[in-house]
Amino acid sequence: MRTRFLTWQLWIGFLLCVIAFISYPSFFVRFPVTRDFPWANLLLYCVASAFLITGLRRVFSIEGTRRKRILGSILAIMSSLVFAFFIFVVFVFGRQLPASAHAPQVGQKAPEFTLADSNGKSVRLAELISAPLNGKAPTGVLIVFYRGYW
Amino acid sequence: MRSIQKRLAAFDAAGIRPVAISVDPPEVSRDLVQKAGYTFPILSDPDTTAIKSYDVVHAHAGENGRDIARPAEFLVDSSGTVRWINLTENYWVRARPQQILDAAKLLH
Repeated sequence: MRTRFLTWQLWIGFLLCVIAFISYPSFFVRFPVTRDFPWANLLLYCVASAFLITGLRRVFSIEGTRRKRILGSILAIMSSLVFAFFIFVVFVFGRQLPASAHAPQVGQKAPEFTLADSNGKSVRLAELISAPLNGKAPTGVLIVFYRGYW
Repeated sequence: MRSIQKRLAAFDAAGIRPVAISVDPPEVSRDLVQKAGYTFPILSDPDTTAIKSYDVVHAHAGENGRDIARPAEFLVDSSGTVRWINLTENYWVRARPQQILDAAKLLH
């Protein structure tokens, strides 16, 4: 009876690893505190590894069968791969950004542009700078470049 | 952008008008505006004209190897001069609204 549930820690550990991976882009990026450094996700991986280690110790004890040991090893390896991929995406792939060495520097004139807004209406930077904001001349314009939803 | 929208009242109070720019066509921006509830202008630069002039092109990083914009923020004062820049080194790390609002205080 006990051996039937011998691998539950391993399954929980693996599941937590997957949740730790998915929850970063789908949930934790929404909050700067959990986005700038993925500590919440790393914490989840810590909990996952505790489950995995406990699970592995159980299946490799005298209680474990060969099948459970193989299953346990596969789950542990897959969990490690999920973790490694997470580290790669966040800390290696995330840093693959162009240098932008010729971006306008502080003190330089911001290059003028004319672009369509979401209603297709043409908008100039000069207008954005001068058009009243709440009835007053704006102090400044914050230009945010983003990757888009391709 | 989500965090800027959340603090929009503070940006308003500081007299700062946020605008966002990507290669997305206006239809996609309209979708985004509806879904995310953005109330500041979302501009389209499908030919990467402005993206190039600010040197924030991320070559071949988009769908089908298309050029897109890297994440970047520029704070421009009322004379059209750049006063603060943020070029993140990691895609997952962005300027926090408070950082931008602190930089905006120097514009007065």
